Amino acid sequence: MGLLNRRTPTDSTEKVEKEVTIINRLGLHARPAAMFVRIASRYRCEILVAKEDEEISGKSIMGLMMLAAGQGSKLRIRAEGPDAAEAIRDIEELIQSRFNED
Amino acid sequence: MSGERGDDEKRIQGVPASPGIARGPIYVFSIESDDVVHYHVGSSHVPEEIARFENALIQTRAQILEMQQQIAEAIGAKDAGIFDAHLLVVEDQTLIDEVLRRVEAEHCNVEAAFQDVASRYVESLSKIDDPYLRERALDIQDVTRRVIRNLQGKSPRPFLTIDEPHILVAHNLTPSDTATMNRAHVRGLALDLGSRTSHTAIMARSLGIPAVVGLHDATDAFETGASALIDGYHGLLIVHPNEETLREYAELEQQKGVLAERLRELRETKSTTRDGRHIVLSANIELPDEVDEVLANGAEGIGLYRTEFLYLNQKALPSEDDQFEVYRRVAERVAPEPLIIRTLDLGGDKLSDNVEADDELNPFLGCRAIRFCLSHLDIFKAQLRAILRASVAANVKVMFPMISGLDEARRGLEIVQECKDELRQKGQAFRDDLEVGIMVEVPSAAILADRLAREVDFFSIGTNDLIQYSVAIDRTNESVAHLYEPSHPSVIRLLKMVADAAHANDIWVGVCGEMAGEVLFTPLLLGLGMDELSAGANIVPRVKNAVQRLTMLECQTLVEEVLEMDLPGDVLARCTEVAERNYPELIS
Repeated sequence: MGLLNRRTPTDSTEKVEKEVTIINRLGLHARPAAMFVRIASRYRCEILVAKEDEEISGKSIMGLMMLAAGQGSKLRIRAEGPDAAEAIRDIEELIQSRFNED
Repeated sequence: MSGERGDDEKRIQGVPASPGIARGPIYVFSIESDDVVHYHVGSSHVPEEIARFENALIQTRAQILEMQQQIAEAIGAKDAGIFDAHLLVVEDQTLIDEVLRRVEAEHCNVEAAFQDVASRYVESLSKIDDPYLRERALDIQDVTRRVIRNLQGKSPRPFLTIDEPHILVAHNLTPSDTATMNRAHVRGLALDLGSRTSHTAIMARSLGIPAVVGLHDATDAFETGASALIDGYHGLLIVHPNEETLREYAELEQQKGVLAERLRELRETKSTTRDGRHIVLSANIELPDEVDEVLANGAEGIGLYRTEFLYLNQKALPSEDDQFEVYRRVAERVAPEPLIIRTLDLGGDKLSDNVEADDELNPFLGCRAIRFCLSHLDIFKAQLRAILRASVAANVKVMFPMISGLDEARRGLEIVQECKDELRQKGQAFRDDLEVGIMVEVPSAAILADRLAREVDFFSIGTNDLIQYSVAIDRTNESVAHLYEPSHPSVIRLLKMVADAAHANDIWVGVCGEMAGEVLFTPLLLGLGMDELSAGANIVPRVKNAVQRLTMLECQTLVEEVLEMDLPGDVLARCTEVAERNYPELIS
């Protein structure tokens, strides 16, 4: 994820929200959830992931697996903190790349 | 005839999880339960509990890392990846906070708190509809048990130190179990629980260990030491196999070995029937990397190149030049064999943000594929120009998905013409006689095939959609999935209409849906007169072998017979008969 190296320091608090669709065949199972958490945890901002009415921390693997987000699920990702935009961008890229598994 | 010690042979049917045949004595591995004691902890001792928890987590982490290392060395980094998830569970702040909160609020010991919290997660995971995610409950249990054993000061679960070859029978195996089992001596696995997608099944396939899962109560029924045989092809556990069974399986094992060898050798042979008709067998691909597999399996080119990935993984739409480069590289690698590129088969909802798309109530009947392209000409034309340019160097053809009638076909052809004019103006090279075909996957196109055949260069039948739209069945909907039947008489009639229309107009016709890779239907498709079958690369050798064993005469007779039949089941039975008569060992 090359984007990580281009992090620009900023103190302003950003709020970013994004809708994404899970496109990999097996959905957000253990391995993709692990990749998600690894990336989310690199950022200082708070990351919340919601599917329908359920919202969990994007830095919690248990939470992500509980979402049971199969292929085609729509997730709403909210990030709040100094590096929110980059975090969302990285996470989106991971999802778009089908977690490099298919 | 009876086996050793006079025990009668017993067969238990399970789910085939990893192919192969294994023989040996059973070792029944039973799970000892780790009882967790609940007790009250005074306020002054809460910090101690928290410290114990921290230590246990650190210890667990170290153990997981060690296991991960072992697996990575023994099998490969990909299989070791599951332990990444285990590590994250140990580090999960939400989980840890919940446990700490409980210890502080309820003054209970940390083992009890941890087990309570973790088992709630396991419980909700087990209720999830998705079978794959449901399986992950086992992963959580695996980590949980490990943390609790560490809290209790017990050593990690002792595992098999058996030094003799055996068939491992267990209620279930956690990833830790499979990681630490003595792989040199495990010949086969038989489990009460699990499915084809469970971790153990995946690992067994990676390791090439035959496995049967979903046996329900095998662990209760048998004892360590009994002789057994695992049939990983059919999902059978046979305990006390008699001599006849053993002989039967020795034969089967030999046949399977011969089959694998023969399919490898087929690579350089032609896909020609016994009476001399050549059928083009090509492969479906999605990613450029898959060309290696296409070549390795001896496919005659690529019958369906899905281009959606170019659009899906990008932040912006792919440029004409980028696409040209990708298509040219793929085309040159398969040359002189053909590469058939299918134009974008997506709706706007799946594309990047710079394409506007409305939410559709019913996307399968909505604005996708050619419909989307015809309403987004900039996207469509960039792709067509890239394809036209790539066709200079190699044997490229193009086809439009989801054509439903003459209007769309003609409009598509017009756009191709416009693209040629544009390239000509810019002085860019392209192949003027690029073959342009259509996918026949909407029933209306099949019905109008005689008209469409006059205007295009070839037909490629997408059976998956053609069947789904014909019988109005969503295959992913479990309550109706059984009604999705490729052998439905209406489907056979449509296939015949399309093939006949193509040949009456001297164009070729192929099949690129799943039906093309199913050897039960090879005789039917040949009899209908299909000129080309395009399937997954790894299936090509099997289909090729089927073609080589058939004669056109019996395929045509089969078609005549099934056209008289009323029911999908009858058609399927007749197709199966012909397949079994000619190549029983190829039917999986």
